[in-house]
Amino acid sequence: MKILTDKIFDLNIIQKAIRDGFGEGIVLAAEENEKIVTLSADLADSTRLGSFIEKFPKRFFQIGVAEQNLATIAAGMAAMDKIPFITSFAIFSPGRNWEIIRTAICLNETNVKIVGSHAGLSVGADGASHQALEDIALMRVLPNMTVVVPADAEEAQKATIAIADLKGPVYLRLSREKTPVITISETPFEIGRALVVRETERPQVTIIACGLMVYRALIAAKKLSVEGVECTVINNHTIKPLDKKNLLIAIEKAGAVVVAEEHQKIAGLGGAIAELLAENYPVPLEFVGVDNLFGQSGNATELLELYGLGIDDIVVAVRKVLKRKNAQK
Amino acid sequence: MFLSDEKLEYLTNKACVIRRSIIEMLVVSGSGHTGGSLGLVEIFTALYFGLLNYKPEQPNWSERDRLIVSNGHVCPVLYATMAQAGYFPLEELKTLRRLGSRLQGHPERLKLPGLETSSGPLGEGLGQTLGMILADRLDRGHNSQRFFYCLLSDGELQEGSTWEAIMAAGKEAPHNLIAFVDRNHIQSDGMTDKIMPLEPLVDKWRAFGWQVQEIDGHSFQEIFEAVGQAKSVFGRPSVIIAHTISGKGVPEWERKYNWHGKTPNVQEAKGAIENLI
Repeated sequence: MKILTDKIFDLNIIQKAIRDGFGEGIVLAAEENEKIVTLSADLADSTRLGSFIEKFPKRFFQIGVAEQNLATIAAGMAAMDKIPFITSFAIFSPGRNWEIIRTAICLNETNVKIVGSHAGLSVGADGASHQALEDIALMRVLPNMTVVVPADAEEAQKATIAIADLKGPVYLRLSREKTPVITISETPFEIGRALVVRETERPQVTIIACGLMVYRALIAAKKLSVEGVECTVINNHTIKPLDKKNLLIAIEKAGAVVVAEEHQKIAGLGGAIAELLAENYPVPLEFVGVDNLFGQSGNATELLELYGLGIDDIVVAVRKVLKRKNAQK
Repeated sequence: MFLSDEKLEYLTNKACVIRRSIIEMLVVSGSGHTGGSLGLVEIFTALYFGLLNYKPEQPNWSERDRLIVSNGHVCPVLYATMAQAGYFPLEELKTLRRLGSRLQGHPERLKLPGLETSSGPLGEGLGQTLGMILADRLDRGHNSQRFFYCLLSDGELQEGSTWEAIMAAGKEAPHNLIAFVDRNHIQSDGMTDKIMPLEPLVDKWRAFGWQVQEIDGHSFQEIFEAVGQAKSVFGRPSVIIAHTISGKGVPEWERKYNWHGKTPNVQEAKGAIENLI
């Protein structure tokens, strides 16, 4: 079955912001389920709530610049059987309001969806203070929390609809800039189900990526194929709960792993995969991510290159992990 | 609302029983918060034996009023009152803070039916109360007759998040939000007015659009009157600043901040119960 766009390696591939996929998805979900409400901390337009507000003005709540209150009000609404989506930049929510998310949302097991937009270096010019590179770690460590990082706008739309139907706390991570739309409407999306987006007969390395790094991983795998290195690429959009079974099947086939994410190397997707490997199938693992640094202003592409998240950085990581694997033999 | 002598006597007796069981619980648990719990006995007694609309045998009854206890550390008084109200057997009070108990050191909604939220970390209850009201408003419009009570400590008015919620309630102006502030002037490290002064407290709440009343938090008559008054106000949230005495009922513990977070030993408890006033 075809699961990616034909234009995947085309320079003219359609580009769309992942947050736009959320903006469309939330309207579709809200049309189906009147319990859905949205809340914003003075960033409704940036987080793409415009269409929702136009369509469902009574179901939108403007909280002002108060991310703690954003989380407590949502927890209260969920206690009365609403399905609140709280939206802000990832650095503020879940950055600023972490302990409230822990107590009022996770310990209470309330049905609140936390939508953190503008995550990662790719928010660009706003600089380090606005570039959330720690949010996956903050959310995945919480009991009862589900963590979803869509790879493109199409998947963000599906993920938004899916998390509305999932009872319990969810973190949905979005990014600001336009990025290639790699999946298509037929691409399956299931929370907790890793998706193999590049398969190969005899894989030497499994690349596991999330968010905008999935596209980069696919390009890197194509480059590597030219030099005779074959990689499986997995779009691991659900970081928690991790699809242990299918990830391990792919990992055992290749025997070496590279993880690519727009996050600190510490404790994000890479951390989750390292835990999986350590407990089940220890094989060489390399991390493509930000190496214990803050970002800075610049455009998205420049920043991703500068901080080691470029396509060539994935290529280098694959070569390195392959060398380690072969040295073990 | 005028309380008959009969009702007043009933409430006074209930309060005495609750006060006694708080001391008994805390001496068994060996840890917990004594001062605030004893200081809130009259308010909890008034809420559960006169003000709140609820069904203990059906804790999730949808028409119930909501009580959100934001200052979760005072849960000994909450648990003792809930047991008296019939939510669970009185003997269970002795399990406070024990492994496997439904009576956690700080309230946990998923563990004990009848709790509206988990609390303990301060500054989270008022926002949740407002969220419940906004959801209720979507379903029932602006004239909902379900009331939402939130209990706050004075110390937690030092939390910025509390003021975010106070501001938002001013904007939304719900008639059915009634907050109580336990104004006992003590907190963990000392006297509230030294640690981080809160005055002029009435002016502050008023400036955020609230209707403000001040009462003696140990007077049933004043508690009932203030709630009656709060319910009659339309288009504004209400706060009742209840002046209370921490450790109320045991003269040696009264107004002493070092009794905020410690518990009596067997001898202290025995003496306290014998002399309960």
